[in-house]
Amino acid sequence: MGKLVIHPDKIQDIKALVAICPFGAMQEQGGSVEITAACRLCKLCVKKGGGAVEFVEEEQQAQIDKSKWQGVAVYIDHVDGRVHPVSYELLGKARELADKIQQELLALFMGENIGAAAEELRHYGADRIFVCDKPALAKFNMEPYANVFAQFIRQVKPAAILVGATPVGRQLAPRVAARFHTGLTADCTVLDIRENTDLVQIRPAFGGNIMAEILTPNNRPQMATVRYKIMDAPQRSEAARGRIETLAVDDAALVSRIAVLGITKKPKEKSIEQADVLVVAGRGIKKKEDLSLVYDLAEALGGDFACTRPLIENGWLDPRRQIGLSGRTVRPKLIITCGVSGAIQFVAGMDHAEEIVAINSDPKAPIFKVANYAVVGDLYEIVPRLIADIQQGRERA
Amino acid sequence: MNILVCIKQVPGSNKVEVDPVTGVLKRNSADAKLNPYDLYALETGLRLREQYGGSVSVLTMGPPQAKAILYEAFAMGADRGCLITDRKFGGADVLATSYTLSQGIKRFGDFDLILCGLQTTDGDTAQVGPELSEQLDIPCVCNVRQIQEVQGQTICVEMEMSEDMEALQVAFPCLLTVQKDIYEPRLPSYKKAKETCERTIEMYTLTDMADTDEHHYGLDGSPTQVQRIFPPEVHKAQETWQGTGQELADRLHQLLKQQKFIV
Repeated sequence: MGKLVIHPDKIQDIKALVAICPFGAMQEQGGSVEITAACRLCKLCVKKGGGAVEFVEEEQQAQIDKSKWQGVAVYIDHVDGRVHPVSYELLGKARELADKIQQELLALFMGENIGAAAEELRHYGADRIFVCDKPALAKFNMEPYANVFAQFIRQVKPAAILVGATPVGRQLAPRVAARFHTGLTADCTVLDIRENTDLVQIRPAFGGNIMAEILTPNNRPQMATVRYKIMDAPQRSEAARGRIETLAVDDAALVSRIAVLGITKKPKEKSIEQADVLVVAGRGIKKKEDLSLVYDLAEALGGDFACTRPLIENGWLDPRRQIGLSGRTVRPKLIITCGVSGAIQFVAGMDHAEEIVAINSDPKAPIFKVANYAVVGDLYEIVPRLIADIQQGRERA
Repeated sequence: MNILVCIKQVPGSNKVEVDPVTGVLKRNSADAKLNPYDLYALETGLRLREQYGGSVSVLTMGPPQAKAILYEAFAMGADRGCLITDRKFGGADVLATSYTLSQGIKRFGDFDLILCGLQTTDGDTAQVGPELSEQLDIPCVCNVRQIQEVQGQTICVEMEMSEDMEALQVAFPCLLTVQKDIYEPRLPSYKKAKETCERTIEMYTLTDMADTDEHHYGLDGSPTQVQRIFPPEVHKAQETWQGTGQELADRLHQLLKQQKFIV
């Protein structure tokens, strides 16, 4: 790696140099320029500074032996043995990655009374399924779960591990990654693998307006989380292919400083992730009462409604209805956005929808770049007429 | 009870533009604010202090300008503040960030409870909290939606899972990340802001840490490396429709019918 060094004698125009930095990390200091802690080492100042800033490479650190880390692993997320669909999707993706480097697909499955569920997993492509079945693992508890996960890594040494970005995965993966001082990339949207087993991880970055390709070139295992409905689930195979192996752990690993006192079912909420048809309200909705347009259209289509972040910030809707990077990721068959401009952090949460219809009066709205049908017009004119059309159509039928 | 709240300064808007020719970020850095999720963590800390006594400290890592959010926290009622700042900490990924925070926290004090927001609005990973708890070797509960009570040397909380609420009792010292609807954050008080505008904050650089090996921090201490950045691709076949409200509504109706979304 390395660091940036300033050569004051080569600075031609201090202000111009300072202005290059998109993070405001350069400050004028006594006729020269100082780099502050805001620096993200994007090296733009090196490229554009006319030689005033130099990137000095440091001696390479010792390389790890990647051949000692083999296989692509998937953490099997579940509640009481009911496997979360994201885990199947990850098995599908991991199978593809493992085949590419001709290594095994491994699965890690921990819980209590999960024998039957483990048996069923044998139909989803894993070569080896490591099962740890203990009463202490009945419900998610960070400490024993992280200890069992760590035991799996020490024993099996997988090159890469994929974890679903569920409420469990999003806290368990970082805890384990920190224990192994390794890299963890959150919410990857594209995954690939190189011949040397480096996992190519692509995710939206810097608030989402750009994509970043991330590698973990000198640490193993490489860890990544992926949200539900990003990858495609594999077909269940008739043949049971995976071999089940018991993962043995010490009793000490199951001790926790956290006690599970009880579980209560959350009130059954219909979540927007499950909807096949979604109608989305954006900032083009001028006042709270006008949300009825969106509710009515959703109802006419037998779907559900959602919204963008500004409407949550206005307090108009429940945060669970927010689509986007800081909200939910949805993958409905049809999504109709009404007055949504299409900030990329919103788009990242819905661009896997099968069909995107966007209604916006601004022909330059970024949402039109991802829309299959860019409907340029006023939602206040279109939506009520569309609802009327649908109702009339239904009466005729 | 000694409470620490970890906070972060984030860009005021996520409006980042990418120069289509050079692929370089254009960002207005002047506009920065306290990560909105951290307000809920800070509010949780202040409520616990009101109920059980003790103190609320705030800590952040970032450029010198990040001091501003510590004063914002003082105006809401925080007692002490600490800024971890050093150019050598720049370019840190989740692991290096959580390691740097853990080093700073060990220097800053002994805490029973460390609170973090669920995630930040710029990184959006929600990973720094749990990684920090591992670096400090303390138990951790994420997605806390409700605090029940403090019982002796433990705290009882409700963790939100996909289908359930899990009630947990966690031994101090521990780390919690809290959901955004846990409490309504209070507004900063003008009076408190006036009283605390001169308050000294602790400033730590690399030389203040127990571990002064710079390879453990910043870009060097980060196992993940960004290889390249690029604008998101535009995909799929596209049609643009224009016309009157009625024309557009009729066309949409036809499309939806054709695709069997409606009869």
